[in-house]
Amino acid sequence: MNLGQAKTFDEFMEGIWRQNPVFVMALGMCPTLAVTVSAINALSMGVATTFVLICSCLLVSLLRRVIPKEVRIATYIVIIATFVTVTDYAIQAISLTLYDALGAFIQLIVVNCVILGRAEAHASKVSPLTAVINAAGMGAGFTIGLLALGTVREIFGNGTLFGISLFGANFQPWVIMVLPPGGFFVLGGWLLLFAWWAKRRDKAALPADKAAEGHQHA
Amino acid sequence: MHESAAQIFISALLANNFVLAMFLGLCPFLGVSARLDTAFPMGVATTFVMLVASLCAFGLNLLLSSLHLEFLRLISYIVIIASAVQLVEMVLKKRSPTLFRALGIFLPLITTNCAVLGVALFQTAREYDFLQSLAFSLGGGAGFTLALVLMASVRERLQLSDVPGIAQGTAMTLVLAGILSLGFMGFAGIGS
Amino acid sequence: MNAPQPPESSSAPVPPSAPTTPTAAMIRTLGLVATICGLIIVGAYQGSFSAVQENKRIALERAVFKVIPSARSIGEYFATANGVTPASGDTPPGAIRFYAGYDADGKLAGVAAEGAAKGYADVVRILFAWIPECQCVTGFGLVSSRETPGIGDKILVDRDFLANFKELDVRLNADMNALANEVKTVKHGTKTQPWQIDAISGATITSRAVGRGINEAAQALLPRVAPHLDSIRTKP
Repeated sequence: MNLGQAKTFDEFMEGIWRQNPVFVMALGMCPTLAVTVSAINALSMGVATTFVLICSCLLVSLLRRVIPKEVRIATYIVIIATFVTVTDYAIQAISLTLYDALGAFIQLIVVNCVILGRAEAHASKVSPLTAVINAAGMGAGFTIGLLALGTVREIFGNGTLFGISLFGANFQPWVIMVLPPGGFFVLGGWLLLFAWWAKRRDKAALPADKAAEGHQHA
Repeated sequence: MHESAAQIFISALLANNFVLAMFLGLCPFLGVSARLDTAFPMGVATTFVMLVASLCAFGLNLLLSSLHLEFLRLISYIVIIASAVQLVEMVLKKRSPTLFRALGIFLPLITTNCAVLGVALFQTAREYDFLQSLAFSLGGGAGFTLALVLMASVRERLQLSDVPGIAQGTAMTLVLAGILSLGFMGFAGIGS
Repeated sequence: MNAPQPPESSSAPVPPSAPTTPTAAMIRTLGLVATICGLIIVGAYQGSFSAVQENKRIALERAVFKVIPSARSIGEYFATANGVTPASGDTPPGAIRFYAGYDADGKLAGVAAEGAAKGYADVVRILFAWIPECQCVTGFGLVSSRETPGIGDKILVDRDFLANFKELDVRLNADMNALANEVKTVKHGTKTQPWQIDAISGATITSRAVGRGINEAAQALLPRVAPHLDSIRTKP
């Protein structure tokens, strides 16, 4: 049982850390950069994508024995497009302001490589439960990635976080952050940070391993 | 207000460049921009598919609007784009095997290119007529090709220079894209 | 769900690249998937329809009330070449959609209509208010724009610029077929006439887009609405 739980946890964490769609795989870049001008937009986009991801992976996994492999891609795209249409109407019903802010990028979730990639590489081979857990992890990882961009861009570009002013009236916003170049720079900055951190960890790990070995011998 | 076809073409090519200002088609932009000799054919193939998709979407939208079936728009667009890509692939294979070999590996990728679906969705949202849609898809495709070629040229030069280890790969490409995007912001205001 | 298994799962010696699924099975599966997806889409559309319509109505009312502050309710109309008719469904070709704002007593407080012109980055869409009594434009709101934040969006907050819309003159000419004076955006500090708009220095192109949007829409709409004002004077 413990082993099963550990595997479930691992299945979920895969998308958040080891295969994070934004920072590690660099997938689904279009919505990542386009809608992350504010934290709330980023969060909404992340939740919408997660919803489509979970529903599509569930249906693909349920139908995995029925779908012939010759027409699988077409089938997956139709399934994904269905849930995107559902999300589209759901967001319109919840808030038109949000719908206008996200614009065509809600419908462009269809061509987000993360979803088709998960359906093809994972959900079509495993049981519905595993597929849903993995999809939820991927969705959470994607949302975290979007939020990382959205918060930075909103804080610097607008002086606010989730609409709450942080620095008072005297703050001169860095307008570039909410313009298209800012999106590229902030994501580039995050990737640089992760690369620097990974390198430092590797360097730190090497002497530590040697020390541990030496200790054992002694 | 009526935008002329020329205005739409210039706007989609420069000021509202699909890749650098609208963030459409970033996956191939980051993935296929390492070398100039693959970037250009990719751009041309995408432009062609965008043109076909735009024309199909225009006809399809007329049909769906007349039947009041607007809620089927997205699903029919994506199906028609996937079919168009298949069709282009088959026609090319039969008519021009040389071109097919040059573009072959890129064609299936184009189905999941946001720029292609983006053209169809934006032209519908903005209620472009036939000529405007044509200009929009050609301008968008040319803009995509331009961004791809510029990026590939920069990255080819970059291979000869000394880049710090942690900046190699996607991070460097993104920062470069940001600088290109800054440059393209200078085109804003053209034609107004 | 119990579609027969494709034969490839039972017969081993088939080469993996050959198409092994019978056409009928493929079509059956695609039909099944299409049916499921169709049901989901139609369900979502029907389920969200009333909420979406309600949201759109509220958003429209809010936008109109913002430009016509004394309005308490609105009526939607089409202006065609022959006159004014209450709006229903999609805008027919050649007609212009506009909104009449009614005050608390149900009397016409003003007319709101959309205008659009190319701005700095992309098309700037605005909603402006026309007051029949003074034959002037008294305010505008932004519907959508991609103008540079901090520069182009000054049009909504710059006090000198907003002062242009206290009473922007859009009187019709004697023949009632066009504006007597074209609405025009002029360089900052050179406004001399009540039909001119004093541009924001540093955001001239966006200011000009507002002026052009109002001018174009007013030239087309007002000659059609002004002669038929009586038919929309009171709330239907």
